[in-house]
Amino acid sequence: MSEIFTTAVLVAVVASAIRLAVPLLLAALGETFGQRSGVLNLGVDGIMLLGAFAGYYAVLKTGDVWLGLLSGAVVGFVLGLASAVIAVTLKAEQGISGIGVYLFGLGMSDLLFQKLVGTPIPIETFPPVRIPFLVDIPLIGDMFFRHSLVVYLAFAAIPLATFIINKTTFGMNIRAAGEYPEAADTLGVSISRVRYATEIIGGTLAGIAGAVLAISLGIFQQNLTNGAGFIAIALVYFGAWRPTGIMLGALLFGFVNALVLELKTLEIIPRDLSNLFAMAPALITILALVFVARRFQPPAALTKPFTRGK
Amino acid sequence: MTNGLSPRQRRGLAYSIPVLAVVAALIFGAVMLVLLGANPIEAYVEMFKGAFGSADALIATILKATPLLFVGVGIVIAFRAGVINIGAEGQMVLGGLFATMAALYLPEMPSIIMIPVVLIAGIAGGALWGWIPGALKAYYRVNEILSTIMLNIVAVQLMSYLLRGPLIDPAEIERGTRIPQTERLAPSADLPLIFGSDRLHIGPVLAILSAIAAYYLLWRTPLGYRLRAVGLSEDAAKYAGIPVRRTIALALTLSGALAGLAGAVLVFGSESHRMVTDGSTLGFTGGAGFNGIVAALLGGLHPLWTIPASFLFGGLIVGGQALQRAVQVPSALIIALNGLVVIFVVAADRYRAKLLAVDEWDEQTVEGDDAPGEGDLAALGSVQDHGPDGSGGVDPEEPA
Repeated sequence: MSEIFTTAVLVAVVASAIRLAVPLLLAALGETFGQRSGVLNLGVDGIMLLGAFAGYYAVLKTGDVWLGLLSGAVVGFVLGLASAVIAVTLKAEQGISGIGVYLFGLGMSDLLFQKLVGTPIPIETFPPVRIPFLVDIPLIGDMFFRHSLVVYLAFAAIPLATFIINKTTFGMNIRAAGEYPEAADTLGVSISRVRYATEIIGGTLAGIAGAVLAISLGIFQQNLTNGAGFIAIALVYFGAWRPTGIMLGALLFGFVNALVLELKTLEIIPRDLSNLFAMAPALITILALVFVARRFQPPAALTKPFTRGK
Repeated sequence: MTNGLSPRQRRGLAYSIPVLAVVAALIFGAVMLVLLGANPIEAYVEMFKGAFGSADALIATILKATPLLFVGVGIVIAFRAGVINIGAEGQMVLGGLFATMAALYLPEMPSIIMIPVVLIAGIAGGALWGWIPGALKAYYRVNEILSTIMLNIVAVQLMSYLLRGPLIDPAEIERGTRIPQTERLAPSADLPLIFGSDRLHIGPVLAILSAIAAYYLLWRTPLGYRLRAVGLSEDAAKYAGIPVRRTIALALTLSGALAGLAGAVLVFGSESHRMVTDGSTLGFTGGAGFNGIVAALLGGLHPLWTIPASFLFGGLIVGGQALQRAVQVPSALIIALNGLVVIFVVAADRYRAKLLAVDEWDEQTVEGDDAPGEGDLAALGSVQDHGPDGSGGVDPEEPA
């Protein structure tokens, strides 16, 4: 048991927690925009899967990880737009239509992989960027300052998202569309335009999140995300619709995942029981939902399509 | 767009909209087939033949439709109470596990006792997995969409753990193959076969009975009245003295119970008479937990109309598998098409509700352009009371 407590293990777990948190963080940040404007996009996992395949395939063909990231973003943009058409224009029941998007992404990403690639071939991964001076701090440097550029960018996106949502006109429109769309509409805010914008932001970030996942792992396989998109949606509730809360949630999840992985590698968790430990994230989410639901209210208009004059 | 139509025409159009949505998904599928280098016409002919073209095909379709119907009826009950149950996948798994454990651990009993016992165990497993999110929603305001999705994930891991460990077939350990499956379960629990078939068991009959029972429950009993009242307006229901929280918890419990029964029927109606997993829910349920939602929507959220809707949708799935074999496309295509059917049916649902709503609103000459059924499923529920079978509620054709 003693080897869990060595500093080397601790450093490895924290560093990998941060890495594992990034796809969840990006997808959850995107979902926050949608939910704050009143749209629940349950299709995040499907978008992530297609973004992951697009990213993987682009890197496989070109060897350029940034082109991979861009491909994921483009796929996410298109699927975000499609989700907006379904939820905003067609006013579909959001609790179900997203499951359709998920199944579509699950099947389509696997289909494309089988047709275009076939056998899994490893690809380039993101190069680590060592932050000068900081990386030399003992322990801290190894934990926080030798990640890839996307990790730093993802964490930089948190204050940016907070700023956009709380301090800009666009953010005010998002919040108005999510809390009191009738009033916002009366004041001349186009609810559907705002919700299209947030769904596209959400889709793009989900696509990027998927690409980051695939390129970080250097691999694609069927159902690569393993439900990460659904966890990301739960994280939005977990973080009470605030980017900082979402970051804490994503880090907690990253930590739990990293710890379970590490304990498995060290064979502290017997193989027979690994399935039981794999339940941890979902169980933690349910508990967290209980606590959050007592203190915070979701946006009032969440999942309610807007029709003028209602 | 609907003003030039008579109420009858509008209703006819309304009920053809879900079918049109399926057709739209199939057209999209044809495009994908072309891209995959297959002939879409040949593919769809194979699909139709595979689903409805022979007695064997029809039996396969009926068996595939059975879990869809159980789940779909449960979805209808939950929806009528204003709750969305995305957790039928996990509830089916729990139902299958409970029923399997009953068959493994209980002493041998004659079939007449054994079969009801394992089915009730399945119902209990599903009910438990429905009660948890139901109680969390009712008493802790936890969003049921999220909690049921999380419980699906938990159920999968539980299934993998049990079928790889405590419940694994001892022969798998001896052989060293370790396929995650149970031994062949007690033959006394095999579902009886009907019509002299070697595959068709009583499961479909039970599913149809459950649809009739749900119809009776929802429109002929005080409990059903309470469920629908909560779905229409929680505030009004509370005002009327209905225990809203308990009713919400009960709606998800009932919904889960039916999904659990579906899981038990899957195990004891399977040809191998074991519970097997491939490590995903879809591997056990065949996606029935999600597709049951679509069947319910295709059936206009009415228990009886969910019967033909499940049959059609079962045909679509069985046909899809035949198509996959005939024109050699990966099964992933079927999952993707399945997703498209979900999207198109859900997206079209609003329009159907709108057509019906205009109809009812005209009859009642209520002012205002805010049609019910457009904003939420609860209002859709009220519209659907006037089912095409003329059952339940007041027939809008008759002046009140």
